[in-house]
Amino acid sequence: MANLTTESRPVRYALTGVALVFLFLFLLLPLIGVFWEALHKGWQLYLTALVEPEALSAIKLTLISAAIAVPLNLVFGVAAAWAIARFDFRGKSLLTTLIDLPFAVSPVVAGLMFILLFGANTVVGGWLQDHGLQVIFAVPGIVLATVFVTFPFVARELIPLMQSQGADEEQAAIVLGASGWQTFRKVTLPNIKWGLLYGVILTNARAMGEFGAVSVVSGHIRGETNTIPLHVEILYNEYNFVGAFACASLLALLALVTLLVKSLVEWRLHRQQQASTLRTAEARLQAQAAQP
Amino acid sequence: MSIEIRNIRKQFGQFTALDNVSLDVASGELLALLGPSGCGKTTLLRIIAGLEKPDAGQVLFGGADATHTHVAERQVGFVFQHYALFRHMTVFDNVAFGLSVKPRRERPSQEEIRERVMKLLKMVQLDWLADAYPGQLSGGQRQRIALARSLAVEPKVLLLDEPFGALDAKVRKDLRRWLRDLHNDMHITSVFVTHDQEEALEVSDRVVVMDHGHIEQVGRPDDIYEHPATPFVTQFLGDVNLFHGRVDAGQLTIGSYEQALGQHQDADGDAAVAYVRPHDLDLTLQADGALAQGRVEHIHAVGPVVRVELRQADGQTIEAAVSKERFRGLGIVPGDTVYVTPRKLAVFLKDAPGQQDYVI
Repeated sequence: MANLTTESRPVRYALTGVALVFLFLFLLLPLIGVFWEALHKGWQLYLTALVEPEALSAIKLTLISAAIAVPLNLVFGVAAAWAIARFDFRGKSLLTTLIDLPFAVSPVVAGLMFILLFGANTVVGGWLQDHGLQVIFAVPGIVLATVFVTFPFVARELIPLMQSQGADEEQAAIVLGASGWQTFRKVTLPNIKWGLLYGVILTNARAMGEFGAVSVVSGHIRGETNTIPLHVEILYNEYNFVGAFACASLLALLALVTLLVKSLVEWRLHRQQQASTLRTAEARLQAQAAQP
Repeated sequence: MSIEIRNIRKQFGQFTALDNVSLDVASGELLALLGPSGCGKTTLLRIIAGLEKPDAGQVLFGGADATHTHVAERQVGFVFQHYALFRHMTVFDNVAFGLSVKPRRERPSQEEIRERVMKLLKMVQLDWLADAYPGQLSGGQRQRIALARSLAVEPKVLLLDEPFGALDAKVRKDLRRWLRDLHNDMHITSVFVTHDQEEALEVSDRVVVMDHGHIEQVGRPDDIYEHPATPFVTQFLGDVNLFHGRVDAGQLTIGSYEQALGQHQDADGDAAVAYVRPHDLDLTLQADGALAQGRVEHIHAVGPVVRVELRQADGQTIEAAVSKERFRGLGIVPGDTVYVTPRKLAVFLKDAPGQQDYVI
């Protein structure tokens, strides 16, 4: 049967083909390349590259900075999105612009900003160093840079979502006698959970993968201030391809796992909804049958 | 519980939403706030609920000042225009929400909550949908669930914002009657907002007509319809024809038409507008005693009433509604010239828009 609203068959195949070829060339092929390069000399070398002390230290530091940056930006992102989507206040557009700043500024510049602020020769940095806290070329600087570059993800994800959902449901909850915290926990949070999860996934991916800003403030001290991306670069520059790609594959794997988890949760939710739709349809039939 | 609104004022930037509004709602009454969009009716409702803070004035519940009482403590039921059902909760959980968020000491037991929710769902005839999510319901079903949810906490006052606004005509009619019956059973003080005059006149005990942040008229539906206090109320309550003329010492003159009025005795040749509803205009073929004449442009003969559109010489149209029998007796066709005589008209002097009307 002729379908009036779609293109002809050759056009459809051509468009689909172009999209698939593009995806294969620019996404799938490089990804396969990373794993192939990491594994083509055998499992043994791959595992060795991952468990050597410097790699382990890089993995640990990456996990630490992500573990600090993600919760911080989660709380900040929800608070900022709530404030922007629900209230009118002076300086609202300024706040919206500031949230985007880390996206607008090159990560290298972000790193340099922190050196200017906390470097050993600056007022703040000098004072902190006198009190036993080294920021630049140390773990605190890496954490700061990571928090900075991953700042916008959660808020950016939530603001349009919360604006489109409107405040009606929250107001309904409050009229029904719910406290602010009850309203947030039982109404706001369930409504934004998908946007929030996606924001967290993006934040986490960027926190673990950030190179530029972290590279500037890290100082590349082996076994101390190297994150996985920095470690990969060092190994690569030393022609240790197996080691470089083994660590790179770890990052890629992490991205794949988070996406897989997200798809799984979405799939389960979809099934729940289908089951509920089915139950409702049955109830409707029963209600109709009960009527004379 | 009675509601008193005293000198409420509310400004949104440069826009005055409510300008010194005072209103009493008697206990157990079903009151309609009627007006065009932007007239301040929804703002007034939200101020009563506590969702909006007035710039000045007071709201009293049962004689006690509630102006600064938090929304959560006002014990009002509020039905939102777009229902605002919690989309991630089942119908049952939606209705149970108000009970389940109560502090532990006041919260009923699980069985009690279950019992009360199911009773409410039976009352709105949707107990079979307890497991469904709001997304699976029709508009009318959502509206009834929203109402059940607001009633679950046994509010002292029920507030409804355009309760039937988003529904189709048939469902709307059913729900109107249903709300009326429900109110008769429960006798809870209720205020609802609408822009639909038919709805306001049919459902409510009293109607408050608002425009531009002011109350134009308060009264029983038939009173308001029969004795509109201002030109705005006259025009807002239904289709109306306008005739411009003069009033001199209680004598209305429109062209060659003359009519003695019981009022406007002190008028001295003042410009006036006479408002006549289409069904208060009779069509005749004789020129004597006619208010105006026109050429028949369109005839809509669907239903028990025939609506005839006339075009006057100056280009103005007149709409008249006559019974089928009358129409057949006249035997008019498009292009004929016919005359209209008013059975009843409301006359307002132009320079005093708020003045009392005169009705024959």
